[in-house]
Amino acid sequence: MGFNAHDSQNQGHAHHEEHHHEENFVSKYIFSQDHKMIGKQFLMTAVFMGLIAMMLSIFFRIQLAWPGEESPLLNTFLGDQWAPKGILDQNMYLGLVTIHGTIMVFFLLTGGLSGTFSNILIPLQLGARDMASGFLNMLSFWFFFVSSVLMLISLFVETGPAMAGWTVYPPLSALPKAVPGSGLGMTLWLFSMAIFIAGSLIGSLNYIVTVLNLRTKGMTMMRMPLTIWAFFVTAVLGVLSFPVLLSAALLLIMDRMAGTSFFLSDIIVGDEMLSNHGGSPILFQHLFWFLGHPEVYIVLLPALGLSSEIIATNSRKPIFGYKAMVASILAIGFLSFIVWGHHMFITGMNPFLGSVFVFTTLLIAIPSAVKVFNYITTLWKGSLVFTPAMLFAIGLVSTFITGGVTGIILADSALDIAIHDTYFVVAHFHIVMGMSAVLGMFAGVYHWFPKMYGRMMNTRLGYVHFWITIIGAYGVFFPMHFVGLAGAPRRYYDYSVYKEFDNSSLEMMLDLNVVITFFAIFAALGQAIFLFNFFYSIFRGPKAPQNPWKSNTLEWTAPVEHIHGNWPGELPTVHRWPYDYSKPGYEEDFVPQTVPLKEGEEGH
Amino acid sequence: MGKLGILLVIVLGAIAIAQLVRVYEYTLKLKKTSEHDINERDNNLNAWLMLLFMIFQFGGFIYLMLAYGWTGRGPSASLEGDETDWLLNLNFVIIIAVFFLTNFLLFYFAFKYVRKPGVRATYYPHNNKLEMIWTVVPACVLAVIIILGLRSWNKLTSPAGDGAVVIELYSKQFDWTARYAGQDNVLGKYDYKLTTANNELGILTTKTIKDAIDEKEKKIKAIDLELASDTVLADSVIEAREFTLSHNERILRSLYQLEQNHKSELDKNAEDDIIVKGTLVLCVGQEYEFNFRSMDVIHSAYFPHFRAQINTVPGMTTRTKFTPKTTTAEMRKIKNDPKFKYILMCNKICGKAHYKMKMDIEVLSKKDFEVWYTSKSKETFKLKYGATPAEESKDPAKEAGGTSGGDAPVNVPADAAMSMKKEDEINNEVK
Repeated sequence: MGFNAHDSQNQGHAHHEEHHHEENFVSKYIFSQDHKMIGKQFLMTAVFMGLIAMMLSIFFRIQLAWPGEESPLLNTFLGDQWAPKGILDQNMYLGLVTIHGTIMVFFLLTGGLSGTFSNILIPLQLGARDMASGFLNMLSFWFFFVSSVLMLISLFVETGPAMAGWTVYPPLSALPKAVPGSGLGMTLWLFSMAIFIAGSLIGSLNYIVTVLNLRTKGMTMMRMPLTIWAFFVTAVLGVLSFPVLLSAALLLIMDRMAGTSFFLSDIIVGDEMLSNHGGSPILFQHLFWFLGHPEVYIVLLPALGLSSEIIATNSRKPIFGYKAMVASILAIGFLSFIVWGHHMFITGMNPFLGSVFVFTTLLIAIPSAVKVFNYITTLWKGSLVFTPAMLFAIGLVSTFITGGVTGIILADSALDIAIHDTYFVVAHFHIVMGMSAVLGMFAGVYHWFPKMYGRMMNTRLGYVHFWITIIGAYGVFFPMHFVGLAGAPRRYYDYSVYKEFDNSSLEMMLDLNVVITFFAIFAALGQAIFLFNFFYSIFRGPKAPQNPWKSNTLEWTAPVEHIHGNWPGELPTVHRWPYDYSKPGYEEDFVPQTVPLKEGEEGH
Repeated sequence: MGKLGILLVIVLGAIAIAQLVRVYEYTLKLKKTSEHDINERDNNLNAWLMLLFMIFQFGGFIYLMLAYGWTGRGPSASLEGDETDWLLNLNFVIIIAVFFLTNFLLFYFAFKYVRKPGVRATYYPHNNKLEMIWTVVPACVLAVIIILGLRSWNKLTSPAGDGAVVIELYSKQFDWTARYAGQDNVLGKYDYKLTTANNELGILTTKTIKDAIDEKEKKIKAIDLELASDTVLADSVIEAREFTLSHNERILRSLYQLEQNHKSELDKNAEDDIIVKGTLVLCVGQEYEFNFRSMDVIHSAYFPHFRAQINTVPGMTTRTKFTPKTTTAEMRKIKNDPKFKYILMCNKICGKAHYKMKMDIEVLSKKDFEVWYTSKSKETFKLKYGATPAEESKDPAKEAGGTSGGDAPVNVPADAAMSMKKEDEINNEVK
């Protein structure tokens, strides 16, 4: 099933007639090579992983709010080994925090945003029959699936899952004697991530080739919806940066198993004096963050792209400043490669190097600000329709602002000294990733559910889900800023230690930790509404119309019932950009891309 | 039974919601409305909720600021920290202004421009002048932030002045040890291979090298004996022993080289060093140059009240500096907390007891500090560990010296032996 550029121009052929292959359950649902099915497979897996990671966070939030108190819930889920008498074990606390972060960043946000929406939307919005390689696409999902399984298995091994934080810095992550999770748990983590990276690379290459080669007639790069621009740049980021994480993982595997000293030097752990010399733990950090920083933009750009589409459609207005938006995506993509050191200001690396990263990091605030202003101006004088997707997209903009501005504080190295590794950082990245990106993902699910499943989700439940989520999540992460400013370090099992030296801080931290945990439980329970709505609607939702949101983009011209090759007969031809909403001279408030220009009409 | 009951409630609840949704859908069919046609009532409700949410968001933020904005670290306790706080406040003013302005516009527009019957959206695809304005203005503001920030950063990270007192802080799972540089204000050199129960910091003197070599040789001998003996050992045990043997032999070879190359003039730098556990005592108004080392994994020296932080990395020495400006007694009055203590906390995930890896810090007035320092000044490394061989003959009481124990030095070695044992217990606990 190798599609080449020739095919897309082959307007005369009803392409799908060439392969009358019989489909059975396995080839349709399990080993599918159809991008629409693969996208849904990514979504299901990512949502499942996200639920697990959310549960893990509830477990350790219970420990943080009520340290030392017995919790039957913890004992039920974690058993006597990891929660004896219902009190979370200190090592397992670190394990839960580590796996929570790993799953959320990689499996939920990267897999669930890139994997799902790049797959579903790229061919459909470009007017292509499928991805450039259906086979590689299928592989990319199965690699993702296998790596997910490995990561989950690591939770159940006897010595515990990886426990060195999702950033797994050596020497802690290299030495089982330093923390038990650095034994088998860490090995599984590394192999899971290696497979994940392989799958991600295959997927990204596919997306890039499809965007460059398989656009339909009339679909120039500057007529592509912003979603595609976002997915395209994201894929490029992934191709360039994930291999560096793989190299870090391989070097770490060698330090752990082959006696090398890439990251180890002059170490005595427990009672054992290691003979490694000359390695640098800071090298790992450079390699890790060289991926780590682009990774957060790999997470965020798709969410921003989805929101551009959703906000424009539901404002009945063009997205403001399309060219500036494209330029911003490119600028963010480029700059994201030269800011990684801002995660390392106080590692002991040369301060001059730190200065360089301050400069580049504050630069990246500019295109981000431009995007925010463009979203807001899109709303201005629009005619807003509040679908659940629109609510989530607006929520994304709000949290992007809130999280983004605290990033400015953190980017300033002089200030970072005092708040690095405190809850201030935790608040910052959760608001941009745990809120902004997640809200973007929800927006995408609600908006493209009709395209994915041919049915509609329930709108009222969607409203309830949104309001619970945004109130709950802000309630979780806003107070964390204050806890962090008070000096509370991250990854601490118990803040009662403050009793020994600072009582006012102790009270504030314990109080706020309870507030945070309550909001966390509230928000977590609210997700049940989404889950119910999602699965119920897949089977019993009302049938979707052809173009429920009256949108201009190509995916809504494909039939509601999925067919291989996406369109029966010829591929659509594109005559205009996707943002002709409420254009003067047209009675309808939207003009799909396939509508030819009128005489004398100017295209954008 | 309780768990079963909860499960039952959840399942029944899900079924109940399913039935409610079915009822709702039938009513929709009757009304001939659909999920994608958002009716006026729902639309306007959400518009109002947007406005309401903005008030909740702003109100919540203001409440938290007032209730908790100034709780916690309190005023800066170091001279350098004063500038940090000033910069932080300036940055906060800027970002809080941006936060309120942009969130306001976002939610207000969301409220104001809700769809109204008969009113069409305005086709306004771009405005390059606007784009220019809101690219250049943020760029200018950021330029100011960058310049001020880097100015501070350069000051904070530059080496301490000539009058600075040097102190080393040694981190390991899970405590901190301070090493004062003594009269010469020069820290003695170190090498991790010299770490023994009595020489926890791996300090380098002619004697410590000799003792480390002795200990290594004894250890290697013991393993050799075990492997050569008649007792039948499991294959895995043999493999482990041979592994340990090869590593220790390699370390021993390094130690021989160390011995060869060592210049005994360096000993005096180390011998006047004073090792202190428990509390780091500092003198108010004195600039300190701190050096940091780590024994095992990356830790981080976090001094929240002094606004200082730096990772400690095995295999290298990191550094920072600050000048305490408020004594502990004064800060207790300011914070109205007679039990308050300054603290050094570990701030990089390092294992099980990461959350309680800390060291009290006490800042004393000049007078009090001098009293404390005089009382400690006799407890030099030379005294506690033992002098180098050349001087030993002059000091018969110290002949035994070093590893064999004899005159067990008071503070450091006993604690070292204890803490090493504790780590074993911690690491073996899971089994």
